[in-house]
Amino acid sequence: MFGFGILTGLVFLPLVGAAFLLCLRGDDEATLNNARWAALITTIATFLLSLWAWSLFNTASADFQLKEGHGWLGGGIGYKLGVDGMSMPFVLLTTFLTPFCILASWESITTRVKEYLIAFLVLETLMIGVFCALDLALFYLFFEGGLIPMFLIIGVWGGKRRVYASFKFFLYTLLGSLLMLLAIMAMYGVAQTTDIEVLLKTSFPASMQKWLWLAFFASFAVKMPMWPVHTWLPDAHVEAPTAGSVVLAAILLKMGGYGFIRFSLPMFPDASHYFAPLVWTLSVIAIVYTSLVALAQEDMKKLIAYSSVAHMGFVTMGLFAMTTQGVQGAVFQMVSHGLVSGALFLCVGVVYDRMHTRDIDAYGGLVKVMPLYAAAFMIFTLANVGLPGTSGFVGEFLTLIGVFGVNSLVALIATTGVILSACYALYLYRRVIFGVLEKPALAALSDLSPREIALLAPLALLTIYYGFHPGPILDASAASVDLLVRNYDAALSVAKTAALAAH
Amino acid sequence: MTSIQYALVHSLPEALLALGALLLLMIGAFRARDGRDWLVAELAIAVLGLAFISMFFQLKSSALVWGGSFVDDAFGRFMKALALAGAIVSLLLSLDFMRREKIDQFEFPVLVVIATLGMLMLISARDLIALYLGLELMSLALYVLAAFDRDNSRASEAGLKYFALGALSSGMLLYGASLIYGFAGTVSFDGIAKALNGPPGIGAVFGLVFLMAGLSFKMSIVPFHMWTPDVYEGAPTPVTAFFASAAKMAAVAVTVRVVTTAFPHIVSEWRQIVVFTSILSMAVGAFAAIGQTNIKRLMAYSSIGHMGFAMVGLAAANEAGVQGVLLYMAIYLAMTVGAFAAILSMRVTGTYVENIGDLAGLARRDGFMAFCLSAIMLSLAGIPPLAGFWAKWFVFMPAVNAGLYPLAVLGVLASAVACFYYLRIVKIIYFDDPARAFDKASPAVTGVLAGSSLLIVLFSFYPGPIAAAAADAAKSLF
Repeated sequence: MFGFGILTGLVFLPLVGAAFLLCLRGDDEATLNNARWAALITTIATFLLSLWAWSLFNTASADFQLKEGHGWLGGGIGYKLGVDGMSMPFVLLTTFLTPFCILASWESITTRVKEYLIAFLVLETLMIGVFCALDLALFYLFFEGGLIPMFLIIGVWGGKRRVYASFKFFLYTLLGSLLMLLAIMAMYGVAQTTDIEVLLKTSFPASMQKWLWLAFFASFAVKMPMWPVHTWLPDAHVEAPTAGSVVLAAILLKMGGYGFIRFSLPMFPDASHYFAPLVWTLSVIAIVYTSLVALAQEDMKKLIAYSSVAHMGFVTMGLFAMTTQGVQGAVFQMVSHGLVSGALFLCVGVVYDRMHTRDIDAYGGLVKVMPLYAAAFMIFTLANVGLPGTSGFVGEFLTLIGVFGVNSLVALIATTGVILSACYALYLYRRVIFGVLEKPALAALSDLSPREIALLAPLALLTIYYGFHPGPILDASAASVDLLVRNYDAALSVAKTAALAAH
Repeated sequence: MTSIQYALVHSLPEALLALGALLLLMIGAFRARDGRDWLVAELAIAVLGLAFISMFFQLKSSALVWGGSFVDDAFGRFMKALALAGAIVSLLLSLDFMRREKIDQFEFPVLVVIATLGMLMLISARDLIALYLGLELMSLALYVLAAFDRDNSRASEAGLKYFALGALSSGMLLYGASLIYGFAGTVSFDGIAKALNGPPGIGAVFGLVFLMAGLSFKMSIVPFHMWTPDVYEGAPTPVTAFFASAAKMAAVAVTVRVVTTAFPHIVSEWRQIVVFTSILSMAVGAFAAIGQTNIKRLMAYSSIGHMGFAMVGLAAANEAGVQGVLLYMAIYLAMTVGAFAAILSMRVTGTYVENIGDLAGLARRDGFMAFCLSAIMLSLAGIPPLAGFWAKWFVFMPAVNAGLYPLAVLGVLASAVACFYYLRIVKIIYFDDPARAFDKASPAVTGVLAGSSLLIVLFSFYPGPIAAAAADAAKSLF
């Protein structure tokens, strides 16, 4: 339509919904309900549209598909969208999870509802844009633009220390991104374009690659987040409203990993190879250290936040192994973590809405009054641990295999993280769900409402489904990952030959 | 076409403004009652608007007229359009304000027109004499404007400070110009470029430094920025808007023109000045603004920082760099008039307020204004997808490609620091509990606020034409 394709529709559909909400007048309960329904319908329509895009997508091909391009700024910077096997799962993840975010805020957000929903819809536009952009300038626009709505979501609807958390989130991420911006400009200087397809075929000089890699790393490492620049994440998670935490953990963190796959690895293969030990070191520190930190947490959200950092450690570790299993495992781990961590934050939201506290000590014995909740929480806790039969297992296992062939010591240390994750996750579960129901306030709690069941059931089913049948995600990314690994190895052998010839 | 006609065709906007200013003065003198304005402001807007429109019907060629001291080219037309737009908007903003503050004398719009005439002359100056004439015509009118609210001690102080420091800077500029004349043997920019072809003597460099000092003062670039916060705070707000918009356009335009056309062969000499002052400006703009509580002072430091960013593009010293500066100024113009329109909307029970704290909880009192002002602040911080991001993109890109990595890295670090205080305003607007409600702003002020926010928010959707126009303008300098 108008020369634009389905991806443009996907990117801008939530924005249309936001514009509609902007036109709604009045503050009475009926209007607010209309606003909620409008937002929900918009996000569901976006999800259906993304399913349509998925049906048009050919998983056998490693090329970018559903491409569209238009002139934009002139001089090599264009408006260009497209997806391949590594971005399509994230697009689907985004469109799939956003309706849950809207639904999760149905009752818990009562002030400035319209603004809240608009912020979420704008955020969805920007998130889909990140995964669809085929132009680096456009990518950066979406990537950093996402800070604004998230800043507002944390700052306006957050907890007690929301101002601190929102500033920390914004400035941390911004600082990293700005260095990447300079790298993008330097890349433009070499290739005279920001077209990602062209940049993927451009070989940057080895000395320049290292600087470019570091600049991109600064941005993606903060976004992932990797140890030691992860400290914004627990704060942001704790203060954000439930849906904000879900989006943050499930999608925003994935942008870092996606950035590594899309840019750092294929565009700077020499530098990636050179810096791989650094990434592994930071990854295993993240896995072990943040798991230990998670053990000591008193706040449920903080605990899950630290566990997110640990799980992202598996992702970076797998990615920089640069084997097919490692990269596929990392993609799978990201999708799986998106579902599981999102669901865990929803679970916290369920009890938070009832008790208005996230202190682990404030709970105990919930299984007696909330059996359904206990079951759901159990599924996600075990998926978080990586129990075989849940999606969490597949990702962790693949990344570990992937890295084992390259560096068994890294794999060895990382595996202890799996054990530690069982410790903190089960410890959390025991303290919240089991034990004696001795706090009188808890005795009156009601079990999951139909809305909450509708929220958690699909996620639980998917978690188990992908645990037994990981094929859909792995097949989707297989061709693209193969191409990535092949090009990477080819680039390395070229560099090696050149180095030998120089001697 | 005779030569005088030819010259007039190429300086049509200037001619219109000169005639218009005289006419307005007459109308004011004969029709104004008790010195109060009688339609002069509205007519002044019309005159400026006419000059603005006339530029689109001018010949699109480059021409050197009036004995070679006045040039009409795409670069000049681009910057003149910005300066005129800034002047028109400032006058629009002033209408309601001057009446409320009871300082709506007819001299005010006349002075604005004269100052704008000076700016246009300055932008088109092609030799040192014309440059000085334009600069003084502009500055003298600005000194008076700064102190226009003469019963207000802060405004008088602002005017006096601006005058004293401005006179000093004019002196420095004149001194530099005379040294350059002495060593080049000519005042024409082309002649200077020819004469200073090769390693320059210390005398010419000395002159260049003084010339740059004088121009830096007008742009409010560190270390010649000291007047800016006081004058911004003390002067009547529409006058501050005029300083921040139109006057900045002219000062930057002339700086770009001087260094690129008169000193193209000694780039490394002036580049180090530009790099040094640019870094200092970005740093001062970022750090000094953090502690401010008065929003006009904050905007002053913000403008110091922004001029530093604009100079990053100039430091690249090539066509892409100048294109970046032009785009930067265009986008900065939209942001700054929007910000001042918002400041002029801050009125509580009839009194104008200027504290940042007065904005508290604006989102719950006036969602529209909150959205506009937040968009402007985030744009000033350079966050995509707002226009301010592209401004930074277009100045940093040439600097990076010219290999000025330290400048670029320091620049983005400064912009991250600056982001903090812009965010603080957004925080006050959205996170804090509501303070007293503002009175309803005049339609002109609301219109300017809405218009500029719209430009800022929607720029990303259609940036092509203005980028192309800026590229075209930059080409005419090289």
